Amino acid sequence: MPAARDYDDIPGTIVFDSRRSRRGYALNKFLMSLNDAANRDAFRADEAAYLDRFALDDEQRAAVLGRDWLRLLEVGGNVYYTYKLAACDGMTFQDLAGHQTGMTAEQFAEMMRAGGRSPEGNRHRREWEGR
Amino acid sequence: MATIVGGVGCSHVPAVGAAIDKGRTADPYWAPYFAKLDRARAWMAEADPDVCLVVYNDHANAFSLEVVPTFAIGLADEFPVADEGYGPRPVPTVHGHPDLAWHLAESLILDEFDMTLVNEMPVDHGLTVPLSVMYGQPEAWPCRVIPLCVNVVQYPPPTGRRCYALGRAIRRAVEAYEGGERVVVLGTGGMSHQLQSERAGLINVEFDTAFLDGLVADPDAVARIPHVEYLREAGSEGIELVMWLVMRGALSPTVHEVYRATHVPTSNTHNGLLVLEEG
Repeated sequence: MPAARDYDDIPGTIVFDSRRSRRGYALNKFLMSLNDAANRDAFRADEAAYLDRFALDDEQRAAVLGRDWLRLLEVGGNVYYTYKLAACDGMTFQDLAGHQTGMTAEQFAEMMRAGGRSPEGNRHRREWEGR
Repeated sequence: MATIVGGVGCSHVPAVGAAIDKGRTADPYWAPYFAKLDRARAWMAEADPDVCLVVYNDHANAFSLEVVPTFAIGLADEFPVADEGYGPRPVPTVHGHPDLAWHLAESLILDEFDMTLVNEMPVDHGLTVPLSVMYGQPEAWPCRVIPLCVNVVQYPPPTGRRCYALGRAIRRAVEAYEGGERVVVLGTGGMSHQLQSERAGLINVEFDTAFLDGLVADPDAVARIPHVEYLREAGSEGIELVMWLVMRGALSPTVHEVYRATHVPTSNTHNGLLVLEEG
């Protein structure tokens, strides 16, 4: 098991390192396949059957079928790969980002219009304790 | 010899491409951003480079996790526009410069930068959005393009110092080329943004401003910024800024800052645009 990383202290952030990449290889392979229009059609036609083509574990499969966007990253999805699924559903990248924060799309868009999330209070995990 | 006539730092936000492609640049949300591009476009039209060397990262389009090259250079005659999951952008095919690209590849490898050689690849928004930012919507791109891909998707990306050193090696290689091509180097991506997890939406104007100031005046110091600082201060995707150091390294030690514009927000990103000329 790789040692802890210096960036593990950053709150609310999943760095796509070896730990996530190894866990998520098959999941990301599925997500990458959605770059192909014929594959997108096949997936839309029968999601479960399409997923059978890939060696996803049960948690990954549930996260895909349930569109659990934050969970998809926790089980090894990379955000750019995950966006392929969101785009397949007609979502923008802002929609995807917003969903992962627990805010509504409108709340997230409003936060961005107001200048985004400040780094103040968002640099270290200890700053998020008790949230 | 070929010459580098300038450098451009440019965010590559997909929503900017979509706004151009769908005719939304005059919308209230987008108009203030697009108003800031005129000066940079005028400079680009004046510079009229033969070749743009575009330093960008692929976003799971040309490359997947099957093979992740840290530095890759595109050698083809042409590069199709990628379907990134929602159909290709309606922009012209990108035409390469195989002769200069191969010269760069050979020079860089012998200069101890172990480039991955790519003879076929689609190019995604990371490359096409900066072209749209600088050129608008021409029927054909007015320059040849050499794609230079940097992995910033699978951690760890190359260090800032390595990117800066690559830029300097690119300068040596361009100046050793026998053709008379005039080259602009674009470093793309950034500035601060985080697209994922509960901290998504992070914007750090203070960090970005200091980065831009340092990139212009003291790039050796900026090149020493460690990855953890980018991740913490500029967000998990803000680490793309290391690609601007390739551009800076390709320029002379002192540079003239022609133009700088920043804008919040473009979708989820603090957008940066920087035009530099040789000092």
